[in-house]
Amino acid sequence: MISEPFATGVSMIHRLDPRIRVGLTVLYSFVVALAYQFPVLIAALSLSSILIAISRVSIKEVFSRMVIVNVLILLLWLVLPFTFNGKILTRIGPFAVYLPGVVLAAQITLKSNAILLAFIALIATMSLATLGHALRRLGAPEKIVHLLLMTYRYIFVIEQEYLRLIRAAKIRGFRPGTNANTYRTYAYVIGMLFVRAAARAERVHQAMLCRGFNGKFYSLQEFQLGFASWAFAIIMTAIIFALIIMELSNG
Amino acid sequence: MDKNDLLINLEGISFKYPGGPMVLKDLDFKLSRGNRIGLIAPNGSGKTTLFHIIMGLLKPFSGKLEIFGKLVREEKDFADVRRKIGLLFQDADDQLFSPTVLEDVAFGPLNLGKSKGEAIEIARRTLNFLGLYGFEDRITFKLSGGEKRLVSLATVLAMEPEILLLDEPINGLDMKTKAKLTEVLSGLDLSYILISHDFDFLAETADAVYTMEDGRIRLDKELHVHEHVHAHELGTYPHQHDVSEDKTQKPEVRRQKTE
Repeated sequence: MISEPFATGVSMIHRLDPRIRVGLTVLYSFVVALAYQFPVLIAALSLSSILIAISRVSIKEVFSRMVIVNVLILLLWLVLPFTFNGKILTRIGPFAVYLPGVVLAAQITLKSNAILLAFIALIATMSLATLGHALRRLGAPEKIVHLLLMTYRYIFVIEQEYLRLIRAAKIRGFRPGTNANTYRTYAYVIGMLFVRAAARAERVHQAMLCRGFNGKFYSLQEFQLGFASWAFAIIMTAIIFALIIMELSNG
Repeated sequence: MDKNDLLINLEGISFKYPGGPMVLKDLDFKLSRGNRIGLIAPNGSGKTTLFHIIMGLLKPFSGKLEIFGKLVREEKDFADVRRKIGLLFQDADDQLFSPTVLEDVAFGPLNLGKSKGEAIEIARRTLNFLGLYGFEDRITFKLSGGEKRLVSLATVLAMEPEILLLDEPINGLDMKTKAKLTEVLSGLDLSYILISHDFDFLAETADAVYTMEDGRIRLDKELHVHEHVHAHELGTYPHQHDVSEDKTQKPEVRRQKTE
């Protein structure tokens, strides 16, 4: 089952205005992604970790997400140190380990983890529905936002249909293996999912027409900028500026 | 009978899906104000198709559709039909597409041009009317099957329609939710058509029961002998006597096309 384990918490961060959180996370991500100085990157990673601590989300869940990202980064560590020309750090057998490659791999590791943690702490702590409304209020195009919300709504229905199909195959003795039958069965399941999703889309559209849909969506959610949100916005902006200054002055 | 009391008038409607056989064949049907009609017929006999034609979601092959005394033909004619007729879909997941219950119920009123405040007010009132207290911020896809059905009904009722078309409303519901729906329908001051396979449910909620055969609607004309030894139309369905006899004698019901 697809779930949103972080969205249901009750920390201080959960109570902050979603618009502030979205805006600041975007700004912060850009700054971190564009920074190259190690002190800046380490500071950012620390800040992200502090945010995770404040948001009081399940550390286990956070780790399980970090593993996914860091497996990808591990692949970079296997390739980058050996592919850059420059100062040779050491040799492993016939291969030379180049300093610029190691530096780049380290930067990418720090950046990705800092950004990932910030997103978990600030964005994953709101439901996708709230995120959609926040994006809309921040001026994201209406169509994109509703594509997001509709996908979110129906991904669960499609998942259910997928599970139903797989169950139907299983109770008739289907065991996945490396053979033509398995590939054909999966192809049927995927094909069926597309057909059903299309039919579903058609019916949902009909249901919307029946309720007077004329191409416009309305949002009912009201956001309130409380004192805590303002305080958080000011502190975060100050920290982000400090990071920028650190980056520029060292470079 | 006053002409204004004739709400839906279908004449000679024929329809077929591409590559399929004729689903509706020269179908005539009338719904008058206050009618509560049950439709019971085998799967695939065209009940849902009929509803979709009334709502303008499917275009009939031939025939004439008059709704509220006006001929409807084009998509823009149906825009008006849709605000006055509420269709409850067979699958609640088709009907509920907003993230939260309140947003979904308010969707219709907002499309009718109500302000945000009014729409929320209507949505709250409708939810409370159906006994769905505290459902506003629930996530639609996390509701149970019965809750989804009731919320779907709320989304339809929030449009304040004059006619309801209910497509198998109690399919897959437990006894409690079924009883709840029966109670709600009995308390509504609306004309409606109900598709259902449940005789007991129709007996409680419909004044007349029709069936569909060969692409047409007909009143079950056979005489059925049943336990307290007398016979008349609809005798196969559980009923209360004074009610069913009275209502089936209505002239406009008699006028339905029969074989």
